[in-house]
Amino acid sequence: MLVSEVNNLTNYISMLVEKYGNGRQALIPVLQEIQNRYGHISDVAQQEIARLLDIHPVEVYGVTTFYHFFNAKQRAKYNIRLCKTISCDLANKDGIARTLERELGIKFGEITSDERFSLEYVSCVGMCDQGPAMLVNNEVYAKLTPRKVVEILDELKVR
Amino acid sequence: MPILNKAIVFDKENFGDGLKKALQMTPDDILLTVKNSILKGRGGAGFPTGVKWVAAAATPSDKKYVVCNADEGEPGTFKDRVLLTEFTEQVYNGMIICGYSIGAHYGFVYLRGEYSYMREHMEKTLEDMRNSNRLGKNILGSGFDFDIEIRLGSGAYVCGEESALIESLEGLRGEPRNRPPYPVDRGYLGYPTVVNNVETLATVPIIINKGVEWFTSIGTEKSKGSKLISVSGDVEFPGVYEIPYGTTIAEVLDIVGAKDVKAVQVGGASGVCIPEEDLARNISFEDVPTGGSIIVFNHSRDMLKILKNFMEFFTEESCGQCTPCRIGNKKLLDGINLIEEGKCSVQYLRELISLGEIMQIASKCGLGQSSPNSFITIMTHFGDEILANY
Repeated sequence: MLVSEVNNLTNYISMLVEKYGNGRQALIPVLQEIQNRYGHISDVAQQEIARLLDIHPVEVYGVTTFYHFFNAKQRAKYNIRLCKTISCDLANKDGIARTLERELGIKFGEITSDERFSLEYVSCVGMCDQGPAMLVNNEVYAKLTPRKVVEILDELKVR
Repeated sequence: MPILNKAIVFDKENFGDGLKKALQMTPDDILLTVKNSILKGRGGAGFPTGVKWVAAAATPSDKKYVVCNADEGEPGTFKDRVLLTEFTEQVYNGMIICGYSIGAHYGFVYLRGEYSYMREHMEKTLEDMRNSNRLGKNILGSGFDFDIEIRLGSGAYVCGEESALIESLEGLRGEPRNRPPYPVDRGYLGYPTVVNNVETLATVPIIINKGVEWFTSIGTEKSKGSKLISVSGDVEFPGVYEIPYGTTIAEVLDIVGAKDVKAVQVGGASGVCIPEEDLARNISFEDVPTGGSIIVFNHSRDMLKILKNFMEFFTEESCGQCTPCRIGNKKLLDGINLIEEGKCSVQYLRELISLGEIMQIASKCGLGQSSPNSFITIMTHFGDEILANY
C-alpha cells in the first residue's frame, strides 16, 4: 500500500472512531463502514482500527473472521451472494448458480479478473417467500430466473 | 407486503394508541398486565415475557437496556421483515413501553445484516417519532425519556441467541455466554437487559390497548394470542399469515394452498419435521412450537437432500465454542454423506441419532440444542424411505 493510501485509511478510521466513540462497542460499526467502503478489511486497516480503539490487533482479527459479512481479503466491486438455504434451494437456486457461473466465467468463491464481480453463497437472507434470492453488496434481488439474472448482470456491468 | 390473511391481533383497528395509554399507567401496572396476558416469547423459545420484564425491573441498577432482537436468521422465517416494514412504530412502541416498565432509557434494535436495506425506512420512522415527541425526551409529556439506536448484524445466525447478540453489541465475536447470569441480571455491558423478539414487542402495545381479557380469549389454554407464521416451500401462496394458537397444521396448509404434501418443517432448520400422518397436530407451545417458520415439502422432494441442506447450514453457523455443537453437527453431516454413498449401516445411524440426543442436552446454547431436531425427526419418520433409496 502507498503511504498516501495508508494515511487516507487512517484518517477515515479516525473519523469513524470519532463518530462511534473509542469504546469496544464501536468495533463492529467501524468494521461495517470499512467493509462497505473498501469491500474488505485489510491487515493494515485491522491494525489501525486496533490502535485507534486501543485493543489488540488479534481481537480485531477475531471479530473480522467470525462474521460472514466481513472479508479479510479483497472482494470485487459487486459481491454477489446467492442464498443457498432450504426455501431458495427448493425454488431451484442451483439453476441460478449455474447461470451466474456461466455468465461470469467464474466459480463460487472466485473473483472475475477485472475485479468487478465475485460469487459467494450465503445462508438464509429472509426472502424465503420470494426465492431464489441473492444479495449484490447490500441490495436484495428476489424471484430470480436465469433471464432475470442476466438482466441484473447487464445492468451492473454498465453501472 | 402485508399479512396475507385476515389479521387477528395485528389488525390496525386494534392498535389504538397503546404507547399513550401505557405511559398513563404505572410501571407496575404494565408489568402486571403483561404478566397476566401470559404473553410468551415469539422468537421460538417461548419464555414468558412478563416474568422476564419483572426480573429486569427487580434488578437494582442505574442503567438498564432494552434490546429488540431483529436478527431473524432461522431458515424459512421472514415475519419480522414484514413487521419491521409494515408496523415499524408498533415495534418501537413496545420497546418504549418495556423501557418505561423496567426503568430503562435506551434501546437497541439488532437488525440482521441481510436486512440492511430496511435500515433507511426504520431510521426515518425513528426520526418521525422524535419529531412528534413519541421518542426522546419527555415522551408525550410523561416525563419519561427513551431513545432507540439501530445496530446492524454482520451475517451470523448464532447472534439470534440473546447472549451472543449482546456479545455482538459489545463488539465481540458472537459467542453465547454461560447462563446464569441471565441478561436480565447482567446483560449489555453488565447492566440488566431485556432481549425480546420483534413480534413479542409489537404485541405489547396492542395488549395494553385492547386489554388482557381480549388477548387471553384468543388461542389455547397455555398459548395465548396469535402467531405470525412465514410460509414457504411447495405452496401456492407463500408469505406471512396470522393464526390463532391451536390452529392445526392441516388448516394452515389449507389457507396457503398446499397440495400433495409429504412433510412440513415447523420451526425452520432447528425445528421439527412433521410427516403427512401428523398434520392434525397444532401450532402452540403445548404441541408444536415455532418461531414462525413453516416450510412445506411435496412428494417430489428427497428428504435426505433437505436434511443435508439443514446440516450444512448448522456446520457453517455453529460458533465453534462448545464441542457437542462444533463436532456433533459435523458428524451428523458426515453421516448424511455416508448415507448418500450407500455406506451407512442402520447400526451407525442409530448411533448418530443418539449423538443428536446428546447434543440436545450437552450443547451450550439453543443452536446446538436444537440443531439435531431435524436430523432426529426426519430419520425417525423417513429413515426407511431414505435407506431404501440410497
